[in-house]
Amino acid sequence: MDQGTLQGIGTILTMIAFLGVCWWAFSSHKKKDFEEAAQLPFTDEQESSQNEDK
Amino acid sequence: MSSNVTTTGNEPVYNTRVVKQFALMTVVWGIVGMLVGVIIAAELVWPDLNMQLPWFHFGRLRPLHTNAVIFAFGGCALFASVYHVVQRTCHTPLFCNWLAGFTFWGWQAVIVSAAITLPLGMTSAKEYAELEWPIDIAITLVWVSFAVVFFGTIIKRTTSHIYVANWFFGAFILAVAVLHLVNSAAIPVSATKSYSAYGGAIDAMIQWWYGHNAVGFFLTAGFLGMMYYFVPKQAGRPVYSYRLSIVHFWALIAVYIWAGPHHLMYSALPDWTQSLGMVMSLILLAPSWGGMINGMMTLSGAWHKLRDDPTLRFLVVSLSFYGMSTFEGPMMAIKTVNALSHNTDWTIGHVHSGALGWVAMVTIGALYHLIPVLYKRTQMYSIQLINLHFWLSTIGTVLYIASMWVNGIAQGLMWRAFNTDGTLTYSFAESIEASYPGYYVRLFGGVIFLSGMLIMAYNVWRTVRGDEQKQAATADVQAA
Repeated sequence: MDQGTLQGIGTILTMIAFLGVCWWAFSSHKKKDFEEAAQLPFTDEQESSQNEDK
Repeated sequence: MSSNVTTTGNEPVYNTRVVKQFALMTVVWGIVGMLVGVIIAAELVWPDLNMQLPWFHFGRLRPLHTNAVIFAFGGCALFASVYHVVQRTCHTPLFCNWLAGFTFWGWQAVIVSAAITLPLGMTSAKEYAELEWPIDIAITLVWVSFAVVFFGTIIKRTTSHIYVANWFFGAFILAVAVLHLVNSAAIPVSATKSYSAYGGAIDAMIQWWYGHNAVGFFLTAGFLGMMYYFVPKQAGRPVYSYRLSIVHFWALIAVYIWAGPHHLMYSALPDWTQSLGMVMSLILLAPSWGGMINGMMTLSGAWHKLRDDPTLRFLVVSLSFYGMSTFEGPMMAIKTVNALSHNTDWTIGHVHSGALGWVAMVTIGALYHLIPVLYKRTQMYSIQLINLHFWLSTIGTVLYIASMWVNGIAQGLMWRAFNTDGTLTYSFAESIEASYPGYYVRLFGGVIFLSGMLIMAYNVWRTVRGDEQKQAATADVQAA
């Protein structure tokens, strides 16, 4: 296998990995999880007695 | 570490002590590091300023400046925000408080020993990794402890998700550990002198694999973690797209690690490696801008907050500078552009567009959010002083980078100018002479930026003391 083929395979594998991450991140069954996760910086304010600048 | 180990009921009592320590030392080391920067900028204008003292020479103070601003100022800022954010977003106190305390004192000891050994000329001569082997071992100990505290806290979290900021922090801690261990491998010949374990072009490649990823993981991934917590927090709304942040994370860490060879264009490095570095640097634009857009768009629908919240303005303008320097970087990595920019002041300007505009300003914004939270104040002592600091930082940065652009392009063009008979049009000294106006402007910009840090120190000190000021006009700022 010459260097060009190797580079081609590398490029395709990287592309598949990237599309995989995109597919996973944007798949609809993860939507609720991510919405919950996005609230994490704020949820400690309700639970914690140490109230912040809000 | 007395106030923070216990939990009352279901509510975690966070370890704020170590966060406070690191947050305050961020301000102190910021002033020290930037003061050294101003001194060496002045030495470039007036070379006699070194007074023939070896330890006061530019060559010795320059690594002190870079180490102080990156690892002392930036490092303390990262420790403070990692410890703060990981506790808050995992809803659990830090794992192993005494070890967290050790990282504080250990890191300060490393900084002080750097401040002593570098002016004395003890150096391994590797950029951003100049410290000699005994200090490298101390760094390793502190860093492993840092990783134990961080990942220990992640493991004992009470939330089901790991917030995206912690992903960036985790990548930053792991990658810096690997980079430090590999690049610092050396053979000691005495307590204060060692030689790199690698030779020739391999040594150069490893050095810049380290050097570029010190930028990529220390100064980018770590500070992006800060961005993903403090921008939503200060804006009072969740990040624009959590999904984009995941793609941003994986794309950024996968690509950054390959970009190092762009520091070695037209060198003895194999040509294909240089091309790979160039291509990967160009690809890097995409994840960088993805992150920038994600941070900026967090404000969509709340842009009015920028009008009266200078802390938020610090954070958003830092993202603008991040976007600017991550466009400039890939452009400079193009071989033909690099042929013009390499070894000129343009590189220095690019670094400071990232260091002052992005790293320092996002840190300052984060601290203005963090200090009142840590000391349980409603807001900083003076919002007007934050506003003043914002303008000093912005103007200082713009003066700095604009002068270095002009200098860099002038130098690059002068060095490559040939006469018809093949001789050089300009001598090197002539390009130095042409650079003088830029050196003055750079010094001026640096002094302005430093003066903003002194104002910050005053503001932080008054806030910590608990002083209050009438804030009629801006009372609603922090309520947002």
